Amino acid sequence: MTEPSARIANVSQHGVIATIRRGVALSPQIVRGIGLTLVLALVSAAGRIVVPMTIQRTIDDGILAESGPDAGRVITFAVLAVVGLLIAGLSAAGVQLRLISRTEAGLAALRVRAFRHIHDLSILTQNTERRGSLVSRVTADIDTITQFVQWGGIMLIVASLQLVVATVLMLVYSWQLTVVVYGCFVPLYLLFRAAQPRVNRAYVRLRERTGAMLGSMSEAVVGAETVRAYGVARRTAERIDRDIESTRVAGGRAQILVASTFTAGNLVSNLALSVVIVVGAYLGMGGALSAGTVVAFLFLVQLFTGPVQLATEILNELQNAVAGWRRVIAVIDTPVDVPDPADGVTSPRGRAHVTLTGVRYSYPDGPEVLHGIDLTLTPGTRVAIVGHTGGGKTTVAKLVARFMDPSAGTVTLDGVDLREITLASLRERIVLVPQEGFLFDGTVLDNVAYGLRGAGMPGTGSNVQRAAQNAFDMLGLTSWLRDLPQGLNTPCGQRGEALSAGERQLVALARAAMAGGDLMIFDEATSAVDPATDVRVARALEALTHGRSTITIAHRLSTAEAADVVVVVDGGHVVQVGSHTDLATEPGVYAAMHEAWISHTRSEVEAQ
Amino acid sequence: MGLTGGKVRQSCQLMWRGMKTCPRVYVLGIGMSALWGAATVAISQAIGWATSSIMVPAMAGDLAAQGRIWQAGVVVFAVAVVLALGVWGRRVWAGWGYVNVGARHRSNLSDAYLRLPMSWHRSHSTGQLLAHASADVDAATGVFNPMPFALGVVVMLIGALIALVMSDVWLAVAAFIVLPLMVLANVVFQRYMTPAVTRAQKLRATVADAAHESFEAALIVKSLGTADREEATFAAAADDLRAANTRVGNVQAVFNPVLDTLPPIGTLLVVVVGVWRLTYGHIDAGDVVGAAYLFTMMAIPVRSFGWVLGELPRSLVGYHRIAAVVDAPNALAPGTALLPQQPRGLAVDLTDVSLEVPGHGGPGQSGPGEAAPGEAAPITLLRDISLQISPGETLAVVGPTGSGKTTLVSLLARLSDPTRGTVRLDGVDLSTLAAGEIPAQVACVTQHTFIFEDTVRGNVTLMEPAVCPWSDDDVWEALRLARVDEVVRAMPDGLDARLGERGANLSGGQRQRLAIARALIRQPRLLILDDATSAVDARVEQEILRGLATHATVVIIAYRMSSVALADRVAHVDRGRIVDIGTHSELLKRDTGYREIAEAYVAEARRRADEEAAA
Repeated sequence: MTEPSARIANVSQHGVIATIRRGVALSPQIVRGIGLTLVLALVSAAGRIVVPMTIQRTIDDGILAESGPDAGRVITFAVLAVVGLLIAGLSAAGVQLRLISRTEAGLAALRVRAFRHIHDLSILTQNTERRGSLVSRVTADIDTITQFVQWGGIMLIVASLQLVVATVLMLVYSWQLTVVVYGCFVPLYLLFRAAQPRVNRAYVRLRERTGAMLGSMSEAVVGAETVRAYGVARRTAERIDRDIESTRVAGGRAQILVASTFTAGNLVSNLALSVVIVVGAYLGMGGALSAGTVVAFLFLVQLFTGPVQLATEILNELQNAVAGWRRVIAVIDTPVDVPDPADGVTSPRGRAHVTLTGVRYSYPDGPEVLHGIDLTLTPGTRVAIVGHTGGGKTTVAKLVARFMDPSAGTVTLDGVDLREITLASLRERIVLVPQEGFLFDGTVLDNVAYGLRGAGMPGTGSNVQRAAQNAFDMLGLTSWLRDLPQGLNTPCGQRGEALSAGERQLVALARAAMAGGDLMIFDEATSAVDPATDVRVARALEALTHGRSTITIAHRLSTAEAADVVVVVDGGHVVQVGSHTDLATEPGVYAAMHEAWISHTRSEVEAQ
Repeated sequence: MGLTGGKVRQSCQLMWRGMKTCPRVYVLGIGMSALWGAATVAISQAIGWATSSIMVPAMAGDLAAQGRIWQAGVVVFAVAVVLALGVWGRRVWAGWGYVNVGARHRSNLSDAYLRLPMSWHRSHSTGQLLAHASADVDAATGVFNPMPFALGVVVMLIGALIALVMSDVWLAVAAFIVLPLMVLANVVFQRYMTPAVTRAQKLRATVADAAHESFEAALIVKSLGTADREEATFAAAADDLRAANTRVGNVQAVFNPVLDTLPPIGTLLVVVVGVWRLTYGHIDAGDVVGAAYLFTMMAIPVRSFGWVLGELPRSLVGYHRIAAVVDAPNALAPGTALLPQQPRGLAVDLTDVSLEVPGHGGPGQSGPGEAAPGEAAPITLLRDISLQISPGETLAVVGPTGSGKTTLVSLLARLSDPTRGTVRLDGVDLSTLAAGEIPAQVACVTQHTFIFEDTVRGNVTLMEPAVCPWSDDDVWEALRLARVDEVVRAMPDGLDARLGERGANLSGGQRQRLAIARALIRQPRLLILDDATSAVDARVEQEILRGLATHATVVIIAYRMSSVALADRVAHVDRGRIVDIGTHSELLKRDTGYREIAEAYVAEARRRADEEAAA
């Protein structure tokens, strides 16, 4: 029924022009007011011909004037030229000021959009890509575009306009020599066309290698503890060095290609000069041109080849920026396989009634793990899902929370298919507390306050503080919180790692308690907490969620003993449903599991 | 690798050290750049010669000159080929130099990340550390792109000066009067640029940080439906960066036209001075044209000084940020002592061990060991712990959540050092042991299982196949002992199956068991299991514990009483102290706090039964 989970393409398949068009469409701010910008750019490009023209006039009218050198005239020309240069300079500043502010606004919007889209992707899609690589899509890749715009974008506009202006002037001086110059550049153009795709690929490869390098670098950072515990620093270093090396080689190779195309441009420019000298001389001998015109033309060729060479440079930079742009666009174009329904219904708050009908599920490219689950969770009941590791318990929980959609069958909330409910209202009603409750780098208070949502969000800091304290009190964690070095203000550290795994889970529980929700799903949410605290918290949660629905997944069967209904999932099927008392006495998977549980907790104690 | 002295000295140091990374590349790059600089002057001279000695006479009807027209073209083209060679070589080796210097920085950074202690890691965010390896390295190496070019330009300027002086001194003076102006403009530019760039660079790291943390928290964001809030937070950071980038662009917008306009003004000055000299007959028209032409050709290359000076502030900022990591003191410096290998478990001895950490001032700012004065009092994590574990003994550590169990066992693998007291293995002080000695005999399975992006085999052995002492059979045996062999057998590629980032395609219990296999294959003399079986079924946990090598010393943190009961002794830890130590049944009898934990589930089940009976 559903498509296999989407992966994030490495780069979008758009061509260069299409990429820029799509990029601009995504950040329309970039082209806002482009008309005036172009006019200013034209003025600043025109400024570039001021000096050659002045020199020309000076040679013709000042130095070679029949009356001999005319200093007054030359000074007049020079003063006029300076005025021209100043106007051009002011225009150039105008171009850059306008372009920068608009492009930065556009790219900031693109950054935020890509960021948001990554959060909107399903967890399966998110897991197909390394976190470090996802980060580089909203940082380094966009920075490449920024860098290009800050330097290349302006140059590109000015250079192309200068090319036009130079061509017009060249035609005015001598159409024959203009044809000769253009003739020299035709093979160069063909060469560039052939080289561009290769340059492009080289840059894409460089970006990929860089992404992979940052990914393996992040292993040294995130896996720091494991690396130390096993003394595998050297091996990790070798792995990273390998990636650094391949990034280095990719960078160097890209540079060779770029250098070669640039050199070709340079060679052709000077070839054009030598051809103009030869052809100009022959044309002059035929009387078609004066010596002065040929000399003037040499200056004009200089004016023409400058931007051509610059353009090859800029085009290479552009390739780099386009490579970055492609990777950002690839993220934005990745389909969301758990989409927010366009005309979804808002699910009204109240007791949650969840039904699974014929639910099958297989992970992308994997075998089926759930083979037709039928299950009704009556409103207000406490349900425990138990079963052996890998039996499919967590998959059921994720389907109920709509982290993914079933391959077949339906999951409904109050009779409405989850796929028809807006995600905002679904998340409001169903809250899943995962085993590894990630904490942000902030205080305990910050992390617990993160659970406050929507209307429940109180206004002032002291209100938040009171609410957070209350959450811990209600969970029976008052004394635990008091024992923390700084109570609510205890810092959690990066990823919460200043706290132990059990402490992180307690904070995550308090956060979930703040979030509320009509159906709370606890997926091994207290697995790292000591038994005494676990029992205390379980009791407290019962009181806290009284009248609401809960689903608890735990290896510790104390949760099953306390549940209204126990659901046993084994081998992708629901094999038993019933109360603890009934199931414990009836031969089957549950009875065996429970017996083991008892022996693990009770026998030793009662032996003494 | 820190830089010292004033800005100028620091800049020179930065460039010099970079060039020293790969001297051959830079000798070639700068040499080729010099060739290019010389050829640029040569080509203007060649064109001057071709115009005045061949083209003009040929047009005037000089037959000899007419016969040599081809020669003019060939000479100019020949110089052009040399010039092109110079350009190519300059670009290629400058490019290699740039990537080489960057690779060196990254390598230094990763070495530092692998060397620095956990306490350092906990106070630095992943996003910031990754930003060092990307944005900061880019910044620190930025100056190496235009640098060989600029050095070639120096050669070009000297050549141009010689050419100009040979035609007329005053012409040369006029041409070179603009240069100091350009330097001045660049200095002012730099003064405005440095703070702007520093800020942008810092915000770039902040944005990376915000993105990284938010993506790490993706599951929480999804389950709480807080994507809107994350978006708003990120948008605020992105907007600060936008403003900072715009500021950088605006400074450039003001200065670039100034720097661009100075060379043409210089050309005009040359023309005016040239005409003045011409009026007095000191030079001829050709000299003026030649000088003006040369100055036109130099307009763009001279800007390269601006590029170098413009990149320098950014490079210095990036370099300093990298240096701060690379130069961070290594708090856990290894010693030189060796740990003898013996066919029995390790003896563990902790004497009067205490561990304090500085009270938290600002998050993540201070480096290791720099307790900010006047901040909160130090926090005691462990207090006066003395503990002896005999070879081959199994010790269970039990205590409430947050009591210091993990901190205690992490001392045994020297993941951190105590503030006071000593930790000894077989009588040797841990802090005197050489690098690699501890991991060779101690395996520690931590609470948080980290899975590398590698094959199953690579994740168990943590070694390259070429140097790996273990056969596939050994790997399978370890997987079997950790009861995860069936899972691996079901994977399409078996031991060669690749695991995704952080083992995303495994369940929590599978990850834990894989980590246990990783420890078991090492046949450690001391095995530490820090709540490493929490996500594993009780049955499986029992199987694993019973299968553990009998001649290893085992320290286990666990909550399952059946596992705890398997231990020879139990240490009850609460609030950083060992409250009591003895066998499981001894503690049950005399330690109420312990009984509360040990009997929690039994008591709870009993209470529930009573409640149901009452209902």
